Amino acid sequence: MGDFFWMAGGPQGSGVDTSANIFARACCLGGLHVYGKREYSSNIKGMHSYFQIRASPHDVGAMMDRADLLCTFDAESIVRHIWEVAPGGGIICDTRSLETNIFSIPTLSPPFLEEFRKKLDEKSIHPETVNDLLTDVKKKGVKIYAFSYFDLLKEIGKEIGEDQLSKLTRMINIITLGASFGIVNYDKRYVEKAINIIFGKKPDIVSMNLIAFNKAYDHIREKFPDTDLRLETVKTDEERIFLQGTQAVALGKLVGGCRVQTYYPITPAADESEYLEENQILETETGDGSIIVMQTEDEIAAITMATGAALTGARSATSTSGPGFSLMVEGLGWAGINEVPVVVNYYQRGAPSTGLPTRHGQDDLRFAIHASHGEFPRIVLCSGDIEECFYDAAQAFNYAEHYQTPVIHLIDKALANSNKSCRMFDPALVKIDRGELLKEADVQGKSYRRFEFTDSGVSPRLPLGTPGAVFWNTGDEHSENGHITEEPMMRTRMLEKRMKKLDTADMEIPIEERINVFGDMDAPAIIVSWGSPKGAILEAMEMLKKDGFSTGFIQVRMPHPLPKERIAEILGKATKKIVVEGNYSGQLAGIIREKTGILMDFFVLKWNGRPMSSDEVYDALLKIMKGVASQRQVLNGGS
Amino acid sequence: MAALKIQDYRTSIFNDWCQGCGNYGILTSLQMALVDMQLAPSRVAIFSGIGCHAKTPHFMNTYGIHTLHGRALPFAIGAKLANPELEVIVHSGDGDGLGIGAGHFVHAGRRNIDMTYIIHDNGVYGLTKGQPSPTMRLGVKTKSLQKPNINEGINPIALALCSGYTFIARSYCYDVAHLKEMIKKAIMHKGMALVIVQQCCVTYNDINTKEWYGGEDRPDPATGKPVTRLYKLEDTGFDGVVRKPEDVPTKTVAALTKANEWGDRIPLGVFYQNELVSTFQERISQRIADYLTNPPAKQVIVDGDGKPGTNIRKLLEELKVT
Repeated sequence: MGDFFWMAGGPQGSGVDTSANIFARACCLGGLHVYGKREYSSNIKGMHSYFQIRASPHDVGAMMDRADLLCTFDAESIVRHIWEVAPGGGIICDTRSLETNIFSIPTLSPPFLEEFRKKLDEKSIHPETVNDLLTDVKKKGVKIYAFSYFDLLKEIGKEIGEDQLSKLTRMINIITLGASFGIVNYDKRYVEKAINIIFGKKPDIVSMNLIAFNKAYDHIREKFPDTDLRLETVKTDEERIFLQGTQAVALGKLVGGCRVQTYYPITPAADESEYLEENQILETETGDGSIIVMQTEDEIAAITMATGAALTGARSATSTSGPGFSLMVEGLGWAGINEVPVVVNYYQRGAPSTGLPTRHGQDDLRFAIHASHGEFPRIVLCSGDIEECFYDAAQAFNYAEHYQTPVIHLIDKALANSNKSCRMFDPALVKIDRGELLKEADVQGKSYRRFEFTDSGVSPRLPLGTPGAVFWNTGDEHSENGHITEEPMMRTRMLEKRMKKLDTADMEIPIEERINVFGDMDAPAIIVSWGSPKGAILEAMEMLKKDGFSTGFIQVRMPHPLPKERIAEILGKATKKIVVEGNYSGQLAGIIREKTGILMDFFVLKWNGRPMSSDEVYDALLKIMKGVASQRQVLNGGS
Repeated sequence: MAALKIQDYRTSIFNDWCQGCGNYGILTSLQMALVDMQLAPSRVAIFSGIGCHAKTPHFMNTYGIHTLHGRALPFAIGAKLANPELEVIVHSGDGDGLGIGAGHFVHAGRRNIDMTYIIHDNGVYGLTKGQPSPTMRLGVKTKSLQKPNINEGINPIALALCSGYTFIARSYCYDVAHLKEMIKKAIMHKGMALVIVQQCCVTYNDINTKEWYGGEDRPDPATGKPVTRLYKLEDTGFDGVVRKPEDVPTKTVAALTKANEWGDRIPLGVFYQNELVSTFQERISQRIADYLTNPPAKQVIVDGDGKPGTNIRKLLEELKVT
């Protein structure tokens, strides 16, 4: 069996997420690997949202722009996603949607309709109703599974003793889910178990949904007895978890010893803080532990509060997205000049200002590296997948404390809101390195200087409040004892001391922690990227291999300090140097050029607010391999 | 251990405040309060923002954290949350705490964290050469202003009342004995305590001067002696302390009425105090039972071999699908 792509679409608030979660879990329980992508609008109820699930016998790390089965809650979902349905695929829809006039759907925006009309012209078709539109895709072998949602809901209502239509329509997500599993003839037991897990805390909801699921499953099998789509379970002994990126980060932070988390509500970062707060009581080796999760009045308070907490020796972090990080910048500079190990988990989304509040982007690499006036060392980490989110979130604290400087952990919306079945995380792989952290006994009877000059640039750190000592911090330039100075000699030395830490980090941190390499490093075509495109690139490389093209891939995990020697060494031999990243200007390419003098030959870029899919990355790379690509290719996949 | 003396709280850092600056009185009062309370220097953390007041921690032989303009409160709150044993005292200026940091001022009130907040209120931005601060009143024209102030002043006491501060007092920089007592009461108060200090800026505020507060412009016709504008609330029998929940509305209104007095009669002392409100520490303790004995700063997060001390087995179990 190959990979199966399922997509559910409907208005926000109609239970798209719930049905996708059940779908994904049922697949996982059947031994399949699952990758899920969630797209939603900045809106509470009514605007279109969808969830795409890829189920595979193999581990998958990316999405493709394709649906084998499109499960629609409303007419809009049919119109928006119709072209993504694969030949031979199917569409589940309500018979009521069929007569809907496409151009009277109020939530289809003018820019969407403009593009849509262009496509219709290209295809020389002129549909008015949804049914007209479906007629066209039927020609390429797409099967339409239309049934009356209303009639089925009424039947279910009779069985569960509920006649209020408003309550029954809340189960559209479950009946379309039941229809989905019926069409692919999936083993019901896994779905029932998934429903039990998702609604586990509410027994009456469980039984209601089980009835609805079964009804829909049986109804569709009866109405469409010979479907040819199949989703088969596989046997596995591997222990797996299913989670989204924000949870992986939260878990990594807990293992990493984070004890104070601050945040101001922002998409998509807030999910992480909410998960932490929900689980704030911790099991530890010494008994109970806990993490304080503090919702602040703004992001300036978020970073400064985390910094104040970090001064006391508690591992502290804040979590945000671009607009929040813009506000945090002054706090970042203070932490930098005062050498405070504070961690910022930064979930990028697209564009400046509010930009694309719920959509993906990788626009902020340069910003993370350069934010703040003045110069100070910092470490920037980028995770490429959900597993890395976990291990990097823990490791960020080690770098922060070892080098006593802010660490920015760059994540993006695609990772934040993608769900994936992962091999069970291994917390034993996490090490805790607290750096030069002094205890009470180390300072008794001695005069302590917080910013003492040392060879490494790192001065032994004392938690604020340690008995028997005091120290001073200031956002002004300061002397070794932390008092204000504007003397030229001290300024020169003190900045050198701080910046020395970056050289020390560059020298000490092993290359394996800073880049991942995949494929053939001696291949003439070397791809460089960072962050979430990793999965799409790896899959595209496999596809290229089948076409006879060998490639190598450097995934940069630490863009600052950039391991420039190793990158230059690999790229130096390549004749096709390709950068793949989710922004307009090729930010990583610019940094590589700055640090190594090497110019990339090809740019594969995307900034339309949607993550890169493996098929579009493959298409772009294939053109490069065949020698027919322009220097700059802009991807625009995703709906 | 020998009793702590005022010298134990001083540093040898050169003090560059102007001669006669009201900050000297605030610094001395603070040191005297700590002597009276015999608080060990390493238990005390002084936070400040940016401005003349902000140098205070450098002159204090305690933990001293000189932060960003307007941000002393969130830094201090972070430290206090992580280590509730700390005696946290925050200093701020009127521009610092009520201008750029006004948002934090409000939110610190509603949290009712057990700490002390001292605002040095002199009506001007001193370090940037005398621009009007948020507490300068409408129409006031100091010598450094080209034109009279176009904005109305914020009333910090009224704002604190509305924001949930549970201790609100005012004192005067040259009345060191009174100010020391207010600082002590604020430190001892269970909850968020605010002390507004009427401070004179000898260089830029030639209106609200020591002479003006002292009433030298309005001598008693009979004796020819100046009649001070300042008076003590306690001398008038005013009692701002809430002792029963039902006192809150009347005590709040009384405090607000007093807060609006200005000009010829300026009240000093405790406007409002309410220890019946739960502190933030108590609220956290309701969620985390051992918070006070095992706060973030005291937790051991690593075992002897560098392995994580936190066990996330249960959480992983919840996410398990195979």
